[in-house]
Amino acid sequence: MKSSVIVFPGSNCDRDIAVALEKMQFKNKMIWHKETKLPKSDLIVLPGGFSYGDYLRSGAIAGKSLIIDEVIKSANEGCLILGICNGFQILTETGLLKGTLLRNKNLKFINKDVQIKVTNNETKFTNKYKKEQVLKINIAHNEGNFFTDNNHLQELKDKNLIAFKYCDEEGNINEKSNPNGSLENIAGIYNAKKNILGMMPHPERMIDTLISNTDGVNLFSSLLN
Amino acid sequence: MKFSVTVTLKKDVLDPQGKVVQNTLISLGINLKNIRQGKYFEIEIDEKELSVAEKKIEEMCNKLLVNLIIEDYKIKKL
Repeated sequence: MKSSVIVFPGSNCDRDIAVALEKMQFKNKMIWHKETKLPKSDLIVLPGGFSYGDYLRSGAIAGKSLIIDEVIKSANEGCLILGICNGFQILTETGLLKGTLLRNKNLKFINKDVQIKVTNNETKFTNKYKKEQVLKINIAHNEGNFFTDNNHLQELKDKNLIAFKYCDEEGNINEKSNPNGSLENIAGIYNAKKNILGMMPHPERMIDTLISNTDGVNLFSSLLN
Repeated sequence: MKFSVTVTLKKDVLDPQGKVVQNTLISLGINLKNIRQGKYFEIEIDEKELSVAEKKIEEMCNKLLVNLIIEDYKIKKL
């Protein structure tokens, strides 16, 4: 499977995702944001970081970069798109995903391992997970507070487009297990066609027991499935 | 021609920064009813027609300066 990781000035998880993809046997290429052509890719990843120093709004400037037109074109043709953390913020700024990520409710940058529940395990991204499986995944963000309008929230529920929800170790989804104030504890969402996933947690950081755990591995093996 | 654009969070959107500023002002002994934090831009463009200029500023707002899901904006000629 061929993947492309888009690199913006200020991306800082691009190497991590490349290591994860290569470990999982993806043939990966790094693509600078000023490129105007994408190599043939089955998966495009918008990595985490602080593209353009979060100027204006997180992801706002990156969302207008040259390569984004190609990403949008590929997305519309059905290519799989994964946006992690800043990548999720960029996806909302491009309009590929609806909604937005507000400043964390407690106004603090949060960097810790949290639990998330796999809400939908019947997608290209999550088919190797069990339904309602609880994963321990790292989050590291200042703007991860998912917000959207009521119509979109209803659409997310009706069409099963919520990918992950923040929960506690027992899988309880409540205010206490919500780290950043996200609407209904939402940690990741799909577009209507389910070929685009945006998520705040970092699965690429959970692929090796040497540094963390392997709860992120199945996201990549799902894609290969 | 010079314009200002004021960007504010929509009424229903939580503004935690504004809340902290409000609480701090109250702790300084300055009472107030409500405060909301926003953004301010000053934009200069080469254009003689007011209506054309305003359209350009509006395009800037819709394409980049404002996230219409959570923010409102006001344009003012300076």
